[in-house]
Amino acid sequence: MSWQKKILRVNLTEGTCTPEPLNMEWAADYLGQRGLGTKYLVEEVDPKVDPVSPDNKLIFATGPLTGTAASTGARYSVVTKGALTGAIACSNSGGYFGAELKFAGWDMIIFEGKAPKPVYLYINDDQAELIPADEIWGKSVWETDKILHDRHQDPQLKISAIGRSGEEGVMYACIVNDLHRAAGRSGVGTVMGSKNLKAVAVRGTIGVSVKDPQRFMQTVTEKKKILAGNPVTGQGLPTYGTQVLMNVINEVGALPTRNSSAVQFDGASKISGEAMHEPRASDGKTNLVTNQACFGCTIACGRISRIDKEHYTVKNRPEYWGASGGLEYENAWSLGADCGVDDLDALTFANYICNEQGFDPITFGATLAAAMELYEKGVITDADTGGVKLNFGSAEALTTMAEQVGKNEGFGKILGLGSKRLCEKYGHPELSMSVKGQEFPAYDPRGIQGMGLTYATSNRGACHLRSYTVASEILGIPEKTDPLVTGGKAGLVKAFQDATAAVDSSGLCLFTTFAWTLEDFYPQIDAACEGEWTLERLAQTGERIWNLERQFNLAAGFTAQDDTLPKRMLTEPATSGPAKGKVNGLDQMLPEYYELRGWSKEGVPTSDTLQNLGLS
Amino acid sequence: MQRSLYISPDKCTGCLQCEMACSFEHEGTFNPAKSRIKVFTFHSEGRFVPYTCTQCDEAWCKSACPTEAISLDAATGAKMVNDALCVGCKVCTIACPFGTINYNSVTGKVIKCDLCGGDPACAKACPTQAITYIDAEGTGYDRMRAWASRTDNQSAARA
Repeated sequence: MSWQKKILRVNLTEGTCTPEPLNMEWAADYLGQRGLGTKYLVEEVDPKVDPVSPDNKLIFATGPLTGTAASTGARYSVVTKGALTGAIACSNSGGYFGAELKFAGWDMIIFEGKAPKPVYLYINDDQAELIPADEIWGKSVWETDKILHDRHQDPQLKISAIGRSGEEGVMYACIVNDLHRAAGRSGVGTVMGSKNLKAVAVRGTIGVSVKDPQRFMQTVTEKKKILAGNPVTGQGLPTYGTQVLMNVINEVGALPTRNSSAVQFDGASKISGEAMHEPRASDGKTNLVTNQACFGCTIACGRISRIDKEHYTVKNRPEYWGASGGLEYENAWSLGADCGVDDLDALTFANYICNEQGFDPITFGATLAAAMELYEKGVITDADTGGVKLNFGSAEALTTMAEQVGKNEGFGKILGLGSKRLCEKYGHPELSMSVKGQEFPAYDPRGIQGMGLTYATSNRGACHLRSYTVASEILGIPEKTDPLVTGGKAGLVKAFQDATAAVDSSGLCLFTTFAWTLEDFYPQIDAACEGEWTLERLAQTGERIWNLERQFNLAAGFTAQDDTLPKRMLTEPATSGPAKGKVNGLDQMLPEYYELRGWSKEGVPTSDTLQNLGLS
Repeated sequence: MQRSLYISPDKCTGCLQCEMACSFEHEGTFNPAKSRIKVFTFHSEGRFVPYTCTQCDEAWCKSACPTEAISLDAATGAKMVNDALCVGCKVCTIACPFGTINYNSVTGKVIKCDLCGGDPACAKACPTQAITYIDAEGTGYDRMRAWASRTDNQSAARA
């Protein structure tokens, strides 16, 4: 119950779609979504495989609570070996697609091999077929969505697709579902493109059942009340979205600015959540049109925005005049503060292009920021950029380059490599603000020390969603810790990492954890799923998943040397704000972290640790 | 007092908790495809609009039904489908001007909102009060109040 107990194996080389039973022993140990997808990947894929070769696999995995009435039961994850990083990749998305896949009767889809010609997968309940993608290959995510809805004459069809970026091999292509929700990071869309797989279109009418319906409904109703009554999930997120953070993080001096050369951005208030509510001087309308929920979500943090029709980005381009997915905090930071740009509508437009063509705005913005620094140093010249002036603060540079990356043309081809490869190409690897090849997001580890350890040890490369210690260090959830000290952060990071791995495997959204702890998750899982789910079991499941991901990365060739931060974070002190004079104290946290994890000094899980977690 | 479902689209976030609650109440599973209330998304306008049966007094579905399978629940005002009499002819789906009665191919019967016997699950599940269950004679009062607050002839008289 709650699992559909069925997975779809799609062999793209052979063109076959084969149902098979879900491995319930693995489901009992890894729950679903992130954990279970990872277990399948680890069992089936050689960690040393080239991510864009047919030997890599691409797994779309729902969780047991996806498609139930539990609040935020929308989530699915895409698990693969990441094109950007060469590490385990697991990108999580909301919208409506994941629940629809579950309603069609499937827990998971495993794509293997490579289609000889571009195809898309069409699923109508238990029927699944690969269809030639001639009509949609070369099209954007948005065009693909429209064409497939028209072709199948089904407005309820839910579509997940790559845009041109994924087809063209941009290293950080996403998989975008429902027009503007994305499995965004690590180049999972690049892997999809390498398999000649353009889209998955699904319609589900079978539904989802739970173990103990009455207890489940009673439990989820109680838990929804907690979300509604919490100031973050009940007020802050619905009103301002994740953008509630822009001014807060700027004030604490942890807003990476101009490729992390500064930690505060003087234009922050102009690109904040509050600014999205302010009537524009130009047309008197607000950037924000409304908030939107993903499937089943009672928080509704999503932003739906509209750009001024007279703004230079969309003037005479009515296709961009409608409302569409607006700025989340991470994107407003990467496209804005990190590039020094404070034009809200320009950021919104660049974000539209990321959704339309399917590439990760965090990595794109951070890569452009690195390129801007190289341009200002004179390393990258007008000859490289085709005459585009890549100065920090230039909205025109931002939007022009977003369109060039979207079409993989001009200097966009170089930006499409990601910052690590770009900075290496120009002889300045130290200017890439990345870990394990993935750019870090919107929290400067000099101003929030725990985030340094978070980035350094994240299994998918730098990421805020693996252990969001910002919750504790800045927001005081579940309890306040000092962002400027390193003491206690090793334990904090481990606790967040393990809990997050469990949450990411449930089918629910991590944002609930502003209000919920694992204490709130396990009763919902227990009422829905077979077996007895306790707090201890759920917590251990999270720790098991973390260690399994680590094992994959070690086998892929990563070592403790890769658990580090860009030199700038370790040697160049913050220049303003509360963290002025501080660098990140990673060396004070990492040894303790390894010890708490039960890993050797070389960062390798000991045999005792593996045995305790059932991983030996 | 008879009550009506009252829908305020401006409050809807498109979460579909109503569709989940409806399908669970009637089918015992979570299955929006079998929900009697549907939320429609108008993406380029950023609007989400829940829609369901308004329980017409002179119900066209009821008038059109050749087997008298649709009857009035006097307590709630709901028009009820009797599965034992419904033959799945779908004439009611043509007769209804609003499209809120639909065929279920699994059962071979039509399905429509029955107000859950007077305690609609959709209204209880809605996190934003976009769907409420209120006095059927006062469904316009919210909008009246909004206009009333803008009506002012006293300050003009004082001036």
